[in-house]
Parts: sequence; structure tokens; C-alpha cells
Amino acid sequence: MQNYLIKQARVVDPANNFDAVADVLALNGQIAKVAQNIERKDAVIIDGKGLLCAPGFVDLHAHLREPGYEGKETIASGSRGAAKGGYTTICMMPNTNPAMDNGYALGVAQKIIEQDALVNVKIIGAITKERKGAELTNFAELKAAGAAALSDDGSPLESQTLMKEALLKAAKTGLPVTSHAEDLKLAGKGVMNDGFISSKLGLAGMSNESEWKAVEREIDLARQTKTPLHFCHISTKEACELIRKAKKEGLKITAEAAPHHFTLTQSECESFSGNAKMNPPLRAAADVEAVKQALKDGALDAIATDHAPHAPHEKEVEFELAMFGIIGLETAFALSHSALVESGLIDVKKLIELMSLNPARIFNLKAGTLTEGAPADIALVDLNEEWVYSQEEILSASRNSPYIGRKLKGRVKHVLCGGKLIFKDGRINE
Amino acid sequence: MSDNFAWTKKDLLGLEYLSAGEITRILDTAASFKEVSTRDIKKVPALRGKTAVNLFYEPSTRTRVSFEVAQKRLSCDVVNMDMKASSVLKGETLADTGRNLEALKIDIFIIRHSYAGAANVLSKFVKGSVINAGDGKHEHPTQALLDIYTLREKFGKVKGLNVTIVGDIEHSRVARSNIWGLTKLGANVTLCAPPAILPKYADKFGVKVTSDIDEALKDAHAVNVLRMQFERDDLKAFPTPAQYFKTYAVTKERLKKCRPDIIVMHPGPMNRGLEISTDVADGKNSVILEQVTNGIAVRMAVLFLTSSAVRRGE
Repeated sequence: MQNYLIKQARVVDPANNFDAVADVLALNGQIAKVAQNIERKDAVIIDGKGLLCAPGFVDLHAHLREPGYEGKETIASGSRGAAKGGYTTICMMPNTNPAMDNGYALGVAQKIIEQDALVNVKIIGAITKERKGAELTNFAELKAAGAAALSDDGSPLESQTLMKEALLKAAKTGLPVTSHAEDLKLAGKGVMNDGFISSKLGLAGMSNESEWKAVEREIDLARQTKTPLHFCHISTKEACELIRKAKKEGLKITAEAAPHHFTLTQSECESFSGNAKMNPPLRAAADVEAVKQALKDGALDAIATDHAPHAPHEKEVEFELAMFGIIGLETAFALSHSALVESGLIDVKKLIELMSLNPARIFNLKAGTLTEGAPADIALVDLNEEWVYSQEEILSASRNSPYIGRKLKGRVKHVLCGGKLIFKDGRINE
Repeated sequence: MSDNFAWTKKDLLGLEYLSAGEITRILDTAASFKEVSTRDIKKVPALRGKTAVNLFYEPSTRTRVSFEVAQKRLSCDVVNMDMKASSVLKGETLADTGRNLEALKIDIFIIRHSYAGAANVLSKFVKGSVINAGDGKHEHPTQALLDIYTLREKFGKVKGLNVTIVGDIEHSRVARSNIWGLTKLGANVTLCAPPAILPKYADKFGVKVTSDIDEALKDAHAVNVLRMQFERDDLKAFPTPAQYFKTYAVTKERLKKCRPDIIVMHPGPMNRGLEISTDVADGKNSVILEQVTNGIAVRMAVLFLTSSAVRRGE
């Protein structure tokens, strides 16, 4: 196996509270050393001058669509998009077809991952069979088949009793549970955030309440069961506050936010572009600010993409008919760095904590750090490079991004995954 | 009168997107086209050689006929597409329909659709003019323009007039377009409806909101009565039609307490005896049929102006 020596990069490793210019040596797929002036004859040198060197990013929330919806995305295309975005570990949601609800289905997906994935892909198993919210899956079987966590994704469990049972069983099995907190009755037929803009556009709204009421319920269940619970894509100021309070109370709650929820507002919907349609919807400016503050003060723990590819014909339709979701793996770092670090809200170390260390910890993954002996998962980023995000550069099989045509800053240059240089000079390296 | 600035907008998607000057320009242009319909030979060559397609995804009689008459009086070639019998049923997307019509070199697209923003979406896929003939609950700009034209014709101005809109505002694209157009031109707009069918954020539209019809009609120069659609599912739990008539209908008794010169408008089709009494619909204050006549002139103006923007862009 090729060894690599990264020279003179700004190495940021929150797990070791490290932020300094240094060299990083990757031997046999593992981090061997982080120090000044490392010399090594059998290693290929990567010039890190002027670049940020961080543990590869970890995404807790991606939709890879394979098996079942290969027209939108495959494990091959999605993992290449991930590499381009600096991600070395991504966790795929179980809403494939068939759903990831039994050991055999996970086994089939694992085979595809082994053959096609360019980065580490972990599978999130379904909480209920076919994600129908009626009957729990066999958690032990899913764990044995390699599930990293459990979720019913966009079909939250309506039954409190069942969710409670799921939390207790999952805790026993040692699998984290993630919740897409949405009160489906309150959300109704909503297609965007509820407010003056939805009213003037004549579109049905989804209120903040449809999120925070569900968050409130889940917190209550976590309190009753004394089990850990992770919240997906938090988008409202009320939910941030509820989670903040639950953490103060000592509950084992964690939560993520998606870059679109802290960089865009509901006004994107005014063009009726399907690329502005997602669930949870883009919210008001006050919610965007609240999510940013919550990432800063620790109420929210991680940044996750909710990468949700859809084919053009599913997006360039009437807004009410468009599918929910946007792609996010290739833009997450630049968007987060600009919105959180360049704005002065947090420092780079905190950002890497949100994108690498914390997500790895939430799902107990061997990732997110440059500690000696850890897998050599490394992202090298030019924080100053600016470019206009174009449709042509997208590696995902889908193009549903509202950021196309916008200027981004902070570009991933090289990525090592398990010690392999999978992304080199801004290109996939196979 | 508006200045004769060059018209730059190839589409008419809604009145929210127009300035007061642009709205006035359409009204002025309509005034000059109105005379055409009074001639023996009702035709001018303004759009000769242009092809318009009328895409009606939702049933419509008066708007479709009004557009077609306006197109013919401008010498425009017209293709009517019955979308119920078209490839939509075979799963074709709006974008693909647009691309196919674009390949036929269509110049003007009139679209009526049950989903909000359909005209906005279509406009991204065609080079010709897209004119919104009603999209879901969003906008119905030519209806509002003909309402405002009628108002201006009667009172000589729009600024400072008190205009009341009564009825199912929440579900009404006519109401939304009227609110944008009227407030931009400086009219004072009052919305009146039972609380359940007032938009949730009605106060943010820059209008007065009330559920008291007599208060709403006091000092009004005009009342625009919207059609009540009791057949809609979410109105089933609503006061009965009889109760609605008693509490919100525009009747002769109510008009007695109003300005003597108040005009009564209705975008049609009317439910006589439900939101409006027959004696008011046919009475001296009613301008309902004048609205229909003015609709031709306004649509001729919109077709003419938007087409002029496309020509310039070539």
C-alpha cells in the first residue's frame, strides 16, 4: 500500500485539540504521526502548504437511492460526490427499495458498497418493517449485518408506544436511533414553510409547530426511557431551544443541522423552483439565525447533508408536484465554512468538530480524528479558493441543488480514505 | 397617462412582479384597444404571423373565450389545447410540454393550471411569452387588470379609492392579484370573509381585514364579490349557503347603506342568491358585464405588450 506524507498543512484535529502547521504521515492506511518536519523516504509527498488538513468529514444523513432508485443516485455516484466534498464516511438512510429492514437487504447493499463505494458507506437500518411504522424490525439482526444506526427516515413513527419500545430495544442492542421529527398531521399537505410567503404564493405551509411538537414528544420519550436519541435536520428556533433545554436536563440527546437550513430562507421558494423544496422546508431568517447559534453553543452537535438526489423530471415540475430534497455532499463544507467560520461565529476547529468528530462519536464510528492509529481518512481544503458551482461539475447522478450558479468558497483539493488517495488536485483519483 | 417606456417583460406571471408604472401602461394600452371591439371590422394586424397556444389544464369558459377573442382581434393565429385529452394523461411533464411547443416555434403561451406557479415553471422552458390565466391559489393577473380597468373607467382614477373584496379570499387567485394591483396603484383595500377563509397572514398584505360585511362596505367605491365554492372539501364544515347569504352576501338592503355610486364587480361565474343577490347582479350598480367587455381590451393589451418584449429580445 502506498504511504503518504502531507507536508506543512494547517492540521486541525479537534479530538486532540490540535490546530497548527504540521506534517501528517499515513502508513499502511493509518495515521502514523502528526508532527513537525517528518521525513520518510517511502512516502509520496503531498504539498499541504496553504491547505487545511482535517479528518475526513462524516455525514450522518445521506440518501444513496441504491438499491431501487438508481436513476436518482447510486452508491458509486453518491460516494464520488462525497469524496469531492471531503467526506470519507457517509451513512445511508434506509429508504431504498427494498428498505434496509432485514439482514439480507443489508447484505445485498454491503456487496454493492464493497464493489462500488469510493468512501466508507455505513447503512442505517429501518426501525419498522418497510418503514411503515407498524412492526419493529429485528435490531440484533440489523446490527449483525452491519447497521450503524436505526431510523425510519422521512416516515416518523406516529405511535408513541412503538417509538418507546424501539428506543428501549435499540439501547439494549447498542444502536443509535435517529428521528425525523415531524408531526405529519400538523404538516398536512404543506410544501414549504408556513408564513406570509406561502400565503402570497398560494402554497400550503408547514408550520414550525409541525417540527417542534414532534421534537417535544421525542424528548419526552427519551426522558421516560433514559435512552439516547439523535435528531435529524433541525430547522426551527423552537426545536433548537427544546433540545438545548433537554441537554441541560442531562438527557442523552444529540442533533444535526443541514447546511441549507442555515444558509437559505423560505424566500427561495418565490421562484417556484423545485430545487427550493425540501422537508423540513427552508424556514424564516430567525430560524436560520437560531440554527447557527445552536451549532455554536452546542445545542446542535453536527452538520449533516440530508443529501437527497432526485432526477430532473422529478424537480422541474409544478412546485406542489416536485419531490422533497436537495443534494448536499459536494457543497456542505464550503457553505458551512462561509456561513459559520467566515462570518466569525465559530473557528475552524469547531467546524471540524461539527463535520467530523461529533458525527463519528454520535454513531460510534472509527473516524473523525487524526489520532495515531486511526484510519487515514483526511480532507485537504483550500479555504480561500472561490468558484462558481456548476451543473457540469456535479458528480452525483442528480443535479437538484439551489446553489448551482452561486459562488462558493473553500474547495476540497485532496482526500485520503483509508490511506488511499481517492481525490487528487480537485479530481477523483482511481 | 403612463410614459411610453419600452416594455421589457416577455411574461405576465402575476401583478406582484409589475410596477405601478407597468400596470398603468397596460391599462392605457387597453384603453386604446377597447375601440377596436366597437368597429364593424373588429380586427387589427398587431400580432399577424404570431402563433398563440392556449393551454388550459383546468376548466375555464370565460377566460379562455376572452383570450381567444382578444387573440383573434389582434390577428394572432390560435391553437387551443385541451390538456385533458393531451399527453399530460400519458405522464408528460409541464417542462416537456413546453419544450415540445417551443420546437413548434410558438410565440405566446396562455396557461391556466390548478397548481400555483405553473406559469412561472413553464416560462423557464420556453422563449415565447407566457401569460398566466390563473395558477392555483397564486395569481390571475388579467382578471385583476380588467377589474382595475373597470374601476378606473368608472372613477377616472384608482389612487385613493376604497375597494372591498368579499368572499373566499384564502383560495382566490383573483383576490391575490387584485391586492397586488390595487395596493401598487394606491387604492385602499379591505378584505372581508368569515375568519376561516381569510388568508392566515392577511394583515401582511398591506390591507384592512374584517369579518363584518357592513363595516367593509361602508365608504367603499367598489365591491368585488368572489365566487363561493361550497363544493370544495374544506368548506363542507362551513356555515351553510343559507347562512352565508344572510351574513356575507351583497344584497340590495346592504347597498342602501353604501355610497350611491358604489360599483359591484364579480369575476364570474356567479352563484346568484349565494354571494350576490339577483337584483344586485342585474342592478344599476353592477358592472359585471362591462368587466367582461373590458377583459378583451385588457388581454389585447397584455398580448401586445408582452409580444413586443419578445421581438426586442430577438
